[in-house]
Amino acid sequence: MSKLLAVCARELRSLLVSPIAAVCVAMFLLVTGYLFYTIVIAASVQTRMMLRMQQMAPQLNINEMILAPSLRNFSVILLLIVPLLTMRLIAEERKQKTSELLLTSPVTVAQLILGKYLAVLALYGVMLGLTLYMPLLLGRFGPVVWWPVFSGYLGLFLVGAVFLAVGLLASALTENQMIAAIISFSLLIVMWLLGWVGAVTADTQTGPLLTYLSLLEHLNNFLAGLIDTKDVVYLLGLIAVSLFLAHRVVESQRWR
Amino acid sequence: MIEVDQLTKRYGSLTAIEAVTFRVEPGEVLAFLGPNGAGKTTTMRILTGALPATSGHARVAGYDIDESPLEVKQRIGYLPETLPLYPEMTVTEYLRYVARIKGVARGGLRRSVDVAVERCALGQVRGRLIGNLSRGYRQRVGLAQALIHDPPVLILDEPTGGLDPKQIIEIRELIKTLAGAHTVILSTHILPEATAICQRVVIIHKGRVVAVDTPERLAAQLRGSEQVKIALRRPTEALRTAVAGLPGVLAVLPEAPAGAVRDDGATVWLIDCEQGRDVREAAARLIVGADGGLVELSAMAMSLEEVFLQLTTDAPARPDRLDDVPAAGLNDASPPRGSAQFAQQSKDTE
Repeated sequence: MSKLLAVCARELRSLLVSPIAAVCVAMFLLVTGYLFYTIVIAASVQTRMMLRMQQMAPQLNINEMILAPSLRNFSVILLLIVPLLTMRLIAEERKQKTSELLLTSPVTVAQLILGKYLAVLALYGVMLGLTLYMPLLLGRFGPVVWWPVFSGYLGLFLVGAVFLAVGLLASALTENQMIAAIISFSLLIVMWLLGWVGAVTADTQTGPLLTYLSLLEHLNNFLAGLIDTKDVVYLLGLIAVSLFLAHRVVESQRWR
Repeated sequence: MIEVDQLTKRYGSLTAIEAVTFRVEPGEVLAFLGPNGAGKTTTMRILTGALPATSGHARVAGYDIDESPLEVKQRIGYLPETLPLYPEMTVTEYLRYVARIKGVARGGLRRSVDVAVERCALGQVRGRLIGNLSRGYRQRVGLAQALIHDPPVLILDEPTGGLDPKQIIEIRELIKTLAGAHTVILSTHILPEATAICQRVVIIHKGRVVAVDTPERLAAQLRGSEQVKIALRRPTEALRTAVAGLPGVLAVLPEAPAGAVRDDGATVWLIDCEQGRDVREAAARLIVGADGGLVELSAMAMSLEEVFLQLTTDAPARPDRLDDVPAAGLNDASPPRGSAQFAQQSKDTE
């Protein structure tokens, strides 16, 4: 455990001093902030129109009009940023030959993978936590229902955690960071598109299956305030499978 | 302490090492000697658990490297050829990290880092970023990293690579102080290094162990005859015959190409003598008496360098040229005739 934490602490330190992570976090906050801003503006315009036309707003709801769409959009931005956060995790150790130190130290591959994953997960947690100003800000001006905010953030955290695990797997496959980023981009985009393909082919037999496999489909339940075990299990399962594959890849590379 | 038995590693059809077998006793310093690409690094990587062997066994401190890799890794300090350093960390941070993953208890971290810093003379740079250090300091950080958990076994891949002569001497002194308390295997292609710090030498060539012994015994073993080198200004055929007729002389070889004259106007003869027979005095009297213009007369012992060349080249090395560069590494020495193939080989693998 102490070794796992040592790996984790070193990784976190490297992430924090590397410009890539700083730029990624800054860009994420900038883009999400802008998205939030436009969604708030659009919502207020829509609200005013509805009030004028109907003299009342029966289904106006801050959670549904602003927070849920914001978080859904954030997941797409994460899809673009996560590969950049994870690409160096293992690829860089191999490139710098520091992997030689790790392979000859009394550290198991599992400790290595988990330590690195926890480090990048912590960074991601902080990054996501920094967007909490949005619901807090809205809460000052209107009635926010806090449960869907909590479940929405939990869902987004889990979806991001899947992205990170896939990114870690991609980073284990190559010693070139660019290639690692491209592989994780491709994998994540396929996961994202599954829902879209599923919607198009909804009347066939495979359609519902593809929809079920899509990450965003599982996110929707969380955004609606529903924490369903099957969603949690699905996302945690994806994380476990990705990390397990990364473990096998690192282990098998010794044999070449 | 270390037992290597029939170790073989193949990459596809390429055989990196074949049936490598040797033993290292506790407290011994052993050198791996061989031209580039001979399999030194491969053997070391297998011993450290970085690479699995295709077949064969290796035991370190009684633990089999395949069966209990963590136990073995716990007892080994490894300095790889390419230093495993994180440029964005300071020396202290880095050593602390290595100590932690090597399993040094939390309470002992500060002390192990301090000891390693002191041993490798890193006090001046301990707060600096590794990325900003010079090559010499980085090499020492690499060594400190291998020593940090005070392992009984040290495996050092070219520990003096890339250092200047003063640093090389410092590192050699450091390794000498490690002998006894630690078992050390180091690889090198610099022969005087092996003679200077190691009790035993393993010579590897094309993935096979071609000799294991002390440097002195290796040299003695291969020296079938002794040679005397004579340089003279006025050689004559009669004189040559007279020298060849001296008791104990087996043959007089003109230094090829025959009839070549050195810059100082002298011709060189090499005299093969029976072992243990010193013909220098008799030869000198003969040549001076015949007014042969004697300018140089010296006995030539076979150095480790020549042993090495004999073992690692197909044609026997001619030792006549190598004595000019006894202290230089192989890479610096002009390759002697007969070892052109060796020179070619080193270039190929570099």
